[in-house]
Amino acid sequence: MNSSEVRSDLSPLNQLWKTFASVNLTIVLLLTLAATSIIGTLIPQNETPVAYVQAFGEFLYRLFALLGLFDMYHSWWFRALILLLVANIVICSIDRLQATWKILFVRYPRFNIARYRKLKNKVDYKDDGDADQLKNRYQPVIARGFRYHRLEDTDDGFAIYGESGRWTRLGVYVVHSSVVLLLIGGLIGSIFGFDGFVNIPEGESVKSIQLRDSDQKMPLGFEVRCDDFNVDFYDSGTPKEFRSRLTILKQGKPVVQKDIIVNDPLRYGGISFYQSSYGNMTPNEVILTFTSQATAKIYSQRAAIGSPVVIPENLGTFVLKKYTQQANFRGQNIGEAFIGILTPFGGSPLEVTLPLRFPRFDRMRKGEVVIAIADFLPRYYTGLQVSRDPGVWVVYIGFILMIIGIYISFFMSHQQICVEVVSKGEASDVMVAGTSNKNKMGMQKKVIRLSERLANLTPME
Amino acid sequence: MNSSLILSLITFVYGLAGFLYVFAWIFKKPSAGRLATWVALIGLIGNTAGILMRWVESYRMGIGHAPFSNLFESLVFFAWTITLIYLVIERRANNRIIGVFTMPIAFLAMAYASLKPGISNEIQPLLPALKSNWLIAHVITCFIGYAAFALAFGISAMYLIKQGRDEEEVTWMNFAKPLTLFVFVLLFSRVLLVGSWSMSVIVAVPICILFYICVFLARRLPGDLKDRLLAMFPEPPILDELGYQMTLFGFLFLSVGIISGAVWANSAWGRYWGWDPKETWSLITWFVYATLLHARFTRGWRGKRIAYLSLIGFAAVIFTYFGVNLLPGLHSYGALGQ
Repeated sequence: MNSSEVRSDLSPLNQLWKTFASVNLTIVLLLTLAATSIIGTLIPQNETPVAYVQAFGEFLYRLFALLGLFDMYHSWWFRALILLLVANIVICSIDRLQATWKILFVRYPRFNIARYRKLKNKVDYKDDGDADQLKNRYQPVIARGFRYHRLEDTDDGFAIYGESGRWTRLGVYVVHSSVVLLLIGGLIGSIFGFDGFVNIPEGESVKSIQLRDSDQKMPLGFEVRCDDFNVDFYDSGTPKEFRSRLTILKQGKPVVQKDIIVNDPLRYGGISFYQSSYGNMTPNEVILTFTSQATAKIYSQRAAIGSPVVIPENLGTFVLKKYTQQANFRGQNIGEAFIGILTPFGGSPLEVTLPLRFPRFDRMRKGEVVIAIADFLPRYYTGLQVSRDPGVWVVYIGFILMIIGIYISFFMSHQQICVEVVSKGEASDVMVAGTSNKNKMGMQKKVIRLSERLANLTPME
Repeated sequence: MNSSLILSLITFVYGLAGFLYVFAWIFKKPSAGRLATWVALIGLIGNTAGILMRWVESYRMGIGHAPFSNLFESLVFFAWTITLIYLVIERRANNRIIGVFTMPIAFLAMAYASLKPGISNEIQPLLPALKSNWLIAHVITCFIGYAAFALAFGISAMYLIKQGRDEEEVTWMNFAKPLTLFVFVLLFSRVLLVGSWSMSVIVAVPICILFYICVFLARRLPGDLKDRLLAMFPEPPILDELGYQMTLFGFLFLSVGIISGAVWANSAWGRYWGWDPKETWSLITWFVYATLLHARFTRGWRGKRIAYLSLIGFAAVIFTYFGVNLLPGLHSYGALGQ
């Protein structure tokens, strides 16, 4: 029967099975995944269409969008590649497990002495003592060194077989199932979990969060309050710590309170709140100074946003209108600033910009009064990443299995040895031969060491 | 005497060790080889002391943290791991030639850390995101993996040199090889050395020419000298096996490194995987080495094909390590960025 006949015997289903059971497919898929994954690291992912058109132009934008390259790790073709790899892993494992099974689950492993005689990896030597003496000497050593051993008498002597690590042949299946678990975990997360964010001003609370990748808001089923937010800096000016004090409220009653920092989230009801960003809010109150140009006196006064302040010396009234992170002055960005309206006594209202970075800025206006911000209590909002991922435990089990599985399949092996003794009168011919499914060089050393050890055993009385 | 000074000195110690390994090999001086081992060992001890002192110094400065927080510290640890693993191999394989191809990598890592402008050797305070117990586990496992792959790279290079040219080389290969070399050198000059692509071409062209001059000269060495130099290499099957062992070792640690990073990311950002460029590149590296392992273990590939895959894998490692600083992403704000 030649090969073309074999092929024609296969039904289409069998043929498909054979294709998916091949390691060639694995190699092609792994390399394709490696190569295509590069694209998404070169093209920034999930930006706005405007940014893409600007960067690539109209034509490339349309082409890339069609291929899903702007969110390529979630595109249909990338998912299809991963799905193919998983199908390949599963079918390949089942296919091979059938063969491994027969080796694994036998009560009495069969030893074929002829097979060991043919091995390259063997040591022959002569030992003084007849077969019976050597049997007593050798057997305890093999029994200690191998999980399973058996002694068989031959026509002119005996043979001891030793075997260990048979189960390590399962290591590769542990690794493969861990990959499948990672994908199942990921799938559970994407179906039953969510990923969103919320900004909470200090002192305020929220009942819902903004979902990422959608315009929808999602109700939490409870309230989250930000009691306090603090940011610390090192002397060099780099941030040291972001800390938010959060309180979970159920029907208005506090149930949990926790300070969260980066790397230490708050978890409640399966939902986790991570410290991810922060920003400045309009402060509730500032301290203003009014410098009268006429008398050079400085007046200091508290002011809240929206409530007018009467300036001494009949200089008029001033009302703080708003706070802005980026104020503009003649087309220049002058940073954080307050904007207010000054109404001089008997004059018309005019807008005044009070940048925080330049306290003497208002002098440039050359008015009768110079207004400046002397001090204010910064008020922050905390930016929280909010997510729920019920699949994470499946993924973590996958992680643990992967590490264990890789260790077993790389660094442990199924080892079999055979010691054959042929009586030659007073002395005997000894052969020590061994084989393993992995790390053949290590096995070679082991056989040499074992033979030296056996040869140097002192005769027991 | 502070840690920065010690670590600068170690650069020269590693350089000397590398030089002695090469000297012992070319001039067949076993005594120089033994000296090289001692020098490398002294370098390793100094490197260890430097790392520990830096750790202590950071606590004295009031910003105490393990010295694995920026590019400088990671390079120092990378050199330390390469030297340690190499010395273990040297002892077990009882062969000093591998040092010719691996000690220079440790030297280059240290020299790069000290000399490249923009890599600060100052002890910097930790950013909030790096304040985690996972930092130590993540960095150590990743760099043991990287170091093992660096050694596998050196050993694969030795394998390719030992095997020499194939009898019948296909014509397109004669063009493909220099082109591939040029593309890789161009890429890595940009990533490691210069700030623009045009400068990178200026750097890459002479490097490639120099490489081919070396190849040209090596081929014209007198036959007996060439034989003598190559005869000191371990036999090809041993190199092949050793490179494979290193790859297995590296793959285990790369996997643990990626996993510890994922667990850390989940505690810091609420997601264990986000297709951030550095994450993605570590996965690409993992795919390349997974291919190598499958090809070798189940398809029975040996020799040159595996050696070339090992070179590609190490290129992916270097890109994961350095190249990602050119790309946008979460790691660029600090973890191993500058």
